[in-house]
Amino acid sequence: MTDTWIVTIVADGRELRVAPGTSVAAALLGAGITTVRRSVTGEPRGPLCGMGVCFECRVTIDDVPYQRACLVTAKNGLRVTTAQQDAS
Amino acid sequence: MSAGVADIVADVVVVGAGPGGIAAATRAAESGRRTVVLDEGAEMGGNIWRHRAGDGVPTQARKWMARFARSGAMVLNGASVVDARATSGGDGFLVTAERASLACRVHGRALVLATGSRERFIPFPGWTLPGVHGVGGAQALLKAGLSFAGKRVVIAGTGPLLLPVAATLAGAGARVVLVAEQAPARAVVGFAVGLLTRPESLLQGARYRAGFFGTPYRTGLWVSEARGTERLEAVTVTDGRTTREIVCDVLCAAHGLIPNVELPRLLQCEVANGAVVVDNHQQTSRPGVYCAGEATGIGGAELAIVEGELAGLSAAGSATDVELLRHRLRPLRRMAARMEHAFAPRAELRDIVTPDTIVCRCEDVRLRSIESGWNARQAKLYTRAGMGPCQGRVCGASLEFLFGWHADTVRLPSEPALLSTILAGTADESADSLHQGA
Repeated sequence: MTDTWIVTIVADGRELRVAPGTSVAAALLGAGITTVRRSVTGEPRGPLCGMGVCFECRVTIDDVPYQRACLVTAKNGLRVTTAQQDAS
Repeated sequence: MSAGVADIVADVVVVGAGPGGIAAATRAAESGRRTVVLDEGAEMGGNIWRHRAGDGVPTQARKWMARFARSGAMVLNGASVVDARATSGGDGFLVTAERASLACRVHGRALVLATGSRERFIPFPGWTLPGVHGVGGAQALLKAGLSFAGKRVVIAGTGPLLLPVAATLAGAGARVVLVAEQAPARAVVGFAVGLLTRPESLLQGARYRAGFFGTPYRTGLWVSEARGTERLEAVTVTDGRTTREIVCDVLCAAHGLIPNVELPRLLQCEVANGAVVVDNHQQTSRPGVYCAGEATGIGGAELAIVEGELAGLSAAGSATDVELLRHRLRPLRRMAARMEHAFAPRAELRDIVTPDTIVCRCEDVRLRSIESGWNARQAKLYTRAGMGPCQGRVCGASLEFLFGWHADTVRLPSEPALLSTILAGTADESADSLHQGA
């Protein structure tokens, strides 16, 4: 496998390099960011359904909140804010 | 027409680009109808035909994708449908979707709902920990580029999906330490014996089993607890008599699939036993609204394609191949019924939840806040269970299993959406005028 087609996204200020076609949810988990949001009582949560149903992977993408990370494909320069940074 | 709203006029609008939706759209477009497909995913194929970038696409999927591409049907990916309603002029339907924060309105004379299915989650202590995914959920994440290499994985729950997912994860370098099927051995064996009329399915099952050779596949065994602080560290499994702890990084747990009937319900289509009721044209109780695939009952991709073809032809007003397709439906539906019977979740799964177990993940509602004498609506009003962004898609099935409640109310928008999208969908007069001009 060559590294020619690598996509770089920025999650909580940190650069993540992934293969083209990788979802934002897979990029975050692959980088060890398992808690992508905090529940209403502050519990750690991460992707559950992987297919846009459960909303457990919701993050802020390019300043738009409530985006399901499992439904968005990583593109160069895409900025993600997870619960690691945004404590809400 | 308001600014920033895309209006599209079609004859047939298809919701969902899985096997059923692709087959429906292809047949409708081939019949000469202007056909538009709306799908939430970034790529076509739905969950079953999803594939890893660079990996081969299944032959059947490739065949249908190519045929779809030639058919002239148009697809809008990344479009979440938030509303569907009859137009005030009575000449069709208006489907409103949100795509990249913009409203998108598609007007059609007929609708095909191919909304597919989702996994059924039954709560257990610790199931909200990061590292716990669905079974199909883990497969979806793998196909979306997540590496499971070297991860210790437990796969638990029920249904024929456990085998292919175990094989796929093991093939991707995961250390699958246990596959636990909650159904008793006699049910699983009975199901396999029933497959003797379909040797290709049995062979496929054997191939999957060979894919994780060396990993125990146990029947009559289920997860009673997941443990960890910030993420999953271990699970406890039980056969109802003894328990055992297994250290692992990932738990894939789900109990089969359930139809996605929110949009059909929004259109007031009749739903029975959790599935959309259709006639032998795949038409729902609402004239002009057709339904195909998992939303009419869990039956797999092959059945979804046949239903999709029928729905697409019917929506297009064509009678081509209809008898042939109906003939092909029968054995596929028989097998689906057998599967549902063999893999029904066992009653003991109700005893695992503790007062502290979360039953609604969106609102962190714990079992202790719920009273068994309520109904789904009361639970929602008193505890907020089902009021979060998933709109009861996860906890609805959990509460149905635990308490026997049916959450049958659906409200606009069918998915969380921007106010501008919702407003675009409620002002439908422009669609009527558009159609007159078309």
